[in-house]
Amino acid sequence: MLLTGAEIVVRCLAEEKVEYVFGYPGGAVLYLYDELFKQDKVRHVLVRHEQAALHAADAYSRSTERVGVALVTSGPGVTNAVTGIATAYMDSIPMVIITGQVPTAAIGQDAFQECDTVGITRPCVKHNFLVKDVKDIAPTIKKAFFIAKTGRPGPVLVDIPKDITMAKAEFDYPKSVTMRSYNPITKGHQGQIKKAVQLLLEAKRPMIYAGGGVVLSDASDKLAKLVRTLGAPCTNTLMGLGAYPATDKQFVGMLGMHGNYEANMAMQYCDVLIAVGARFDDRVIGNPADFARVARKIIHIDIDPSSISKRVKVDVPIVGNLPDVLDDILRLLEASGDRPDKESLAEWWKQIEEWRSRDCLKYKHSDEVIKPQFVVEKLWEITKGDAFVTSDVGQHQMWAAQYYKFDKPRRWLNSGGLGTMGVGIPYGIGVQLAHPGSPVAVITGEGSVQMNIQELSTCKQYRIPLKICSLNNRYLGMVRQWQEFIHGNRYSESYMDSLPDFAKLAEAYGHVGLRVEKPGDVEGALREAFKRKNDLVFIDFQVDPTENVYPMVMGGKGLTDMILSAEDL
Amino acid sequence: MRHVISVLIENEAGALSRVSGLFSARGYNIESLTVAPTEDGSLSRMTIISTGSDDIIEQITKQLNKLIEVVKVVDLSEAAHIERELMLIKVRATGKDREELKRVADIFRGRIIDVTDSTYVIELTGNTAKIESFVGAIDSSLILETVRTGVAGIGRGDRILRL
Repeated sequence: MLLTGAEIVVRCLAEEKVEYVFGYPGGAVLYLYDELFKQDKVRHVLVRHEQAALHAADAYSRSTERVGVALVTSGPGVTNAVTGIATAYMDSIPMVIITGQVPTAAIGQDAFQECDTVGITRPCVKHNFLVKDVKDIAPTIKKAFFIAKTGRPGPVLVDIPKDITMAKAEFDYPKSVTMRSYNPITKGHQGQIKKAVQLLLEAKRPMIYAGGGVVLSDASDKLAKLVRTLGAPCTNTLMGLGAYPATDKQFVGMLGMHGNYEANMAMQYCDVLIAVGARFDDRVIGNPADFARVARKIIHIDIDPSSISKRVKVDVPIVGNLPDVLDDILRLLEASGDRPDKESLAEWWKQIEEWRSRDCLKYKHSDEVIKPQFVVEKLWEITKGDAFVTSDVGQHQMWAAQYYKFDKPRRWLNSGGLGTMGVGIPYGIGVQLAHPGSPVAVITGEGSVQMNIQELSTCKQYRIPLKICSLNNRYLGMVRQWQEFIHGNRYSESYMDSLPDFAKLAEAYGHVGLRVEKPGDVEGALREAFKRKNDLVFIDFQVDPTENVYPMVMGGKGLTDMILSAEDL
Repeated sequence: MRHVISVLIENEAGALSRVSGLFSARGYNIESLTVAPTEDGSLSRMTIISTGSDDIIEQITKQLNKLIEVVKVVDLSEAAHIERELMLIKVRATGKDREELKRVADIFRGRIIDVTDSTYVIELTGNTAKIESFVGAIDSSLILETVRTGVAGIGRGDRILRL
């Protein structure tokens, strides 16, 4: 039987067991929306801005092990989506984006709502396609899902001209994909793995540095086993939080620009470092020359060969799928029965405990003004550390990362790579739909939240009961902090004037709004919010406007060159 | 260091822009890039001349391999290989210059492939150094225009780049 291109697209999504498509209709995708209307397998979530569709699909993917799907129209639909695509690309999130395009004959004619989608998105997708024949739709979508979720994951875009959605073809969804130009590696090199095990066993000061790759490849259990077997300290990157349980005593906290003192010190002064699904980026190791100043052996496991020896030279590169490689390492460790030298390890832990005793996350409590860190600590307590937490970008993001102790992977969602303000609420939408009934908190600020505030309307439509905790300091806090540290307190354009009454704004969208001004009211407000299981509650916390994020490594400095508090300035 | 990178890539629309976009986005040098279909029409072969430290060249090959449509990448300059490019050069050829230009072309094994009463077009193949020395050997005021294909490279002997 012949089906239209639009029918084929929807059937493909059903074949891929897609539960939700996040999108926004428009001229070029009308036939697709008509087909969505006629069926009930694939549900559509109507956002209020295309950027949010991408973020919601991205979050759906981050919080599950599935591929998120977004659907937008041509031209402005696509250009609005670009930020969302780039956000997912930078954090290696598997997604499939279907975009409408003007009819084939109009391409290149500067038609209404035309843009060069494949050209515009090329640098921020893992791959993209322009479908020029209705017969190619099914094989292309099959390939898109395959490419998105295999190897180093990433977003894949399929651009479909309107006439192709109207043309007809037989529908036959391919069972499998083979591509001569794309064969991601899975197994690691056995010789390198042996070398790695040897190094780990000989280590006197071993250190485990785990990133977002562990979360993406669902390798947390194996990572935990490795950490425990070796008895070594473990740090997680911003993207890796939850990969290793934060409440475990072998966890030394997040590392990097706003990382824990003990984590950064251990990174610098270990003798064998094993990097697991992490990429030594600028926010993590600071100045690479300073990092290389101390001699240590580095083992690097990553599925993407181009991540290895990009910023830091490594001694034992292992390209492979993390769960497979970790399995191999664990098997060798088990078989040998050897363990790192106990005495050296005890000595190493003594040193780490000494670093830990600096208590780098301590902050001055106040009875007068709400400290933002206090809000996050209370949130952690009240949700028993078991909520899904999304954040936006800025100071609140760092406080969330530092003070909410994530014990499970896929619970913490933020834009680590691109650093996109405005992801908080749309991320919340994606997570809540993927995990109905689970508590979802959005930690945000009055700056970021206004970048996608319109999504409060989407939350109303789909009854998404987010608990939005806005740490409102009336400043673009992270910008203000840098201006204080390095621009002589000249707060150029970082002050947020004319803020709306957020509680009333939430109410205007049909939600519950609270404004909290006193430290003593923080806990009560949070409890009240989580008690209202079916309501979205927006809590506008009026926090200390001058609070800074510590520790901090200034840009270009070495990892151990940390400012621990205002006294170090 | 100068490197000669050969790439086998699916012969599809947009494949070239993925490669050139990669170089510009990551700030890598391209001295020249040539591309044409191979004997198997579904594949194109590129020769890219790039300069950079070993680390940068390693990243370039890794990043090229990461492109979904790239089938194979080889750094030809790692071993014995041959490079050739073609130049077409139009020169003013009048009076005693006509004889001199013919003589220099012969020395470089160039061929005159278009003649008018005042111009020649000379075809010359060779590696970059040969082409450049030919250009240096003739009076620059006689050169009207030049066009070069950029370098095509192939490994010597048993070094074969194919599927």
